[in-house]
Amino acid sequence: MSATFLGMPGNFPKNAAKAVQDSQLRYNLRKATHTIRGKRANVVGELPDWQELRAAGKAIKDHTLRNLDRYLVQLEAAVTRAGGTVHWARDAAEANAIVAGLVKATGETEVVKVKSMATQEIELNQALAAQGITAYETDLAELIVQLGDDFPSHILVPAIHRNRSEIREIFLEKMPKVPPNLTDDPPALAEAARLHLRERFLKSKVAISGANFMIAETGTLVVLESEGNGRMCLTLPETLISVVGIEKLLPSWRDLEVFLQLLPRSSTGERMNPYTSMWTGAVEGQDFHLVLLDNGRTDVLADEVGRQALRCIRCSACLNVCPVYERAGGHAYGSVYPGPIGAILTPQLRGMSSDLDASLPYASSLCGACYEVCPVAIDIPEVLVDLRAKAPHAAAERAGMKVAGWILNDHQRLARAQRAASRLRGLVPKRLPGPMSAWTDTRDIPEIPEESFRDWWERNERA
Amino acid sequence: MRVALFITCVNDTLFPGTGKAVVSLLRRLGCDVDFPAAQTCCGQMHVNTGYREEGVRLARHFTEVFAGYDAVVAPSGSCAAMVREQYPKLARPGSKGAAAIAEVVPKVYELSEFLLDVLKVDDVGAYFPHRVTYHPTCHSLRGLHLGDRPTRLLRNVRGLELVPLPGAEECCGFGGTFAVKNPAVSAAMGADKTRNILDTGAEVLCAADNSCLMHIGGTLSRQKTGVRTMHLAEILASTEENQ
Repeated sequence: MSATFLGMPGNFPKNAAKAVQDSQLRYNLRKATHTIRGKRANVVGELPDWQELRAAGKAIKDHTLRNLDRYLVQLEAAVTRAGGTVHWARDAAEANAIVAGLVKATGETEVVKVKSMATQEIELNQALAAQGITAYETDLAELIVQLGDDFPSHILVPAIHRNRSEIREIFLEKMPKVPPNLTDDPPALAEAARLHLRERFLKSKVAISGANFMIAETGTLVVLESEGNGRMCLTLPETLISVVGIEKLLPSWRDLEVFLQLLPRSSTGERMNPYTSMWTGAVEGQDFHLVLLDNGRTDVLADEVGRQALRCIRCSACLNVCPVYERAGGHAYGSVYPGPIGAILTPQLRGMSSDLDASLPYASSLCGACYEVCPVAIDIPEVLVDLRAKAPHAAAERAGMKVAGWILNDHQRLARAQRAASRLRGLVPKRLPGPMSAWTDTRDIPEIPEESFRDWWERNERA
Repeated sequence: MRVALFITCVNDTLFPGTGKAVVSLLRRLGCDVDFPAAQTCCGQMHVNTGYREEGVRLARHFTEVFAGYDAVVAPSGSCAAMVREQYPKLARPGSKGAAAIAEVVPKVYELSEFLLDVLKVDDVGAYFPHRVTYHPTCHSLRGLHLGDRPTRLLRNVRGLELVPLPGAEECCGFGGTFAVKNPAVSAAMGADKTRNILDTGAEVLCAADNSCLMHIGGTLSRQKTGVRTMHLAEILASTEENQ
């Protein structure tokens, strides 16, 4: 059973400070993110109309979100017409209860899972366990995370923080039939996982999936993946339950064209992903349920600036270019959505009442690299700044910023403050006390000049 | 042309040399420059830290001070980006503030933009016989899209050897209050940036933002590397006579 993010202690700066100390983690992250970054840049560079595609992706998503009510009803009708059953879940508790009820009705106590961050978001595995149902992750990286009793740390590569010798150890310890002479050679590891999973797929009668896209006009669900595990999950079991966030909708089949180009290029750096599976309603001999998950999404939709986060297609391009993610790692964000997109999505979905969630909008240097690569042009820095205005502020910081604002609002006050600093310049210690020690622990402070520019100008120009 | 200098509060207070360099550079190029004394700060620190109200007040002050000039030149990519990118989002559409912002914002230039786009000069007649590497800074690069403007200017400086900086487009880790709110990550980013700078063998690191240079320079100085940091304006203001 993989660990849960709920109630994770600490805050981003503390979590990140610990991660920065882990040189193996930093090496793993740097290597992986820089590799994907390079691949993405190459395949994006091949398309002369990338910016037009990006604008189209943004426009389609914005249009859908503006008319979400209408398209969701259309989707429900289409799925029902095709023999599926649609369930509406306001929050995590409702969604988990619906899924647990559906699994129980089949009489099964084991389910296989694939491609579902939404179920990670609502802690479905834990909720099922409480009802005596065991959920097995089948995505290779998710499997590594689950067997390691760990948290996912990346959207696309949940086990990005693990290297292959760690994975070998996890397999040896947790996979029942793994050969004891297993090496840490990637093909050997993949083969071990394949054998382990094959048995699961053939035994399982119930599967739980997510979806990358849902098409309103036809009621079709779409999953893009690399390993083929998704297709096994989607086709073999007798009951398929898909848990999907309501924002994953596209109006028509035609719109998919844009996203089938944007997503693989942005995520894995491939022109096309190896497996694209689409299903509409229930196929013969299979029972299909779609659980439409809100869990805070309509609140996000109500926010004029923040709503653009719902355009996200979970490609993880923003993680792979983020200098903060690269050093802090995914766990520091305390959510299934790490990196820049997590820093804006998580506090919007969960609110900012915990220390961790209130610290997330500050988990960025606002360098803008995330906005530049986002395939649906989410202005992540803009949302971060907007969330910072809504985040709770410590009393001391608020007081300090008020004083600074008061001084800066009048040039005579500013000039007096500059002259006072100049007079005291000899007294400034090399290591500063209080919060400013965060600066002087690793950097020298600049020398305060004898005379400010404005006083120099006054002396030279007005004399 | 009535050119107003927006020296920025960080430069004014901590790096007056940059302001003086801008004055001598622009006068050398024949500009009539003025420093409106009532100017203070663009409000970036307040807005980006979540103190919008104070930020809006400072933005209003900025538009009052700089109304009526033909051009406003700032030796800071970050502050110019604040005015150009963020000001229009601070006022209600149709309000008086929005009109004031729409009036002033298009006249605000970062120094290299002003030199190349307005004065149409790419050789400012500078002399600086040193090995220099250039860090483009995030807001200059992705906010203002300065592109190769600063390096075009540097390439025309006599005696200057410009060496490329590995990983130049990556953030140095300053990020305003980010440096104190997330000190561990900021320091790790700064350490990687300084390692790249040392790899170039440059004597001087140049950028168009003193706040980033304060962070990188503070790290270089703590590590006793001997590499100097200089604002773009200071290099461009250097001549054979003042060497």
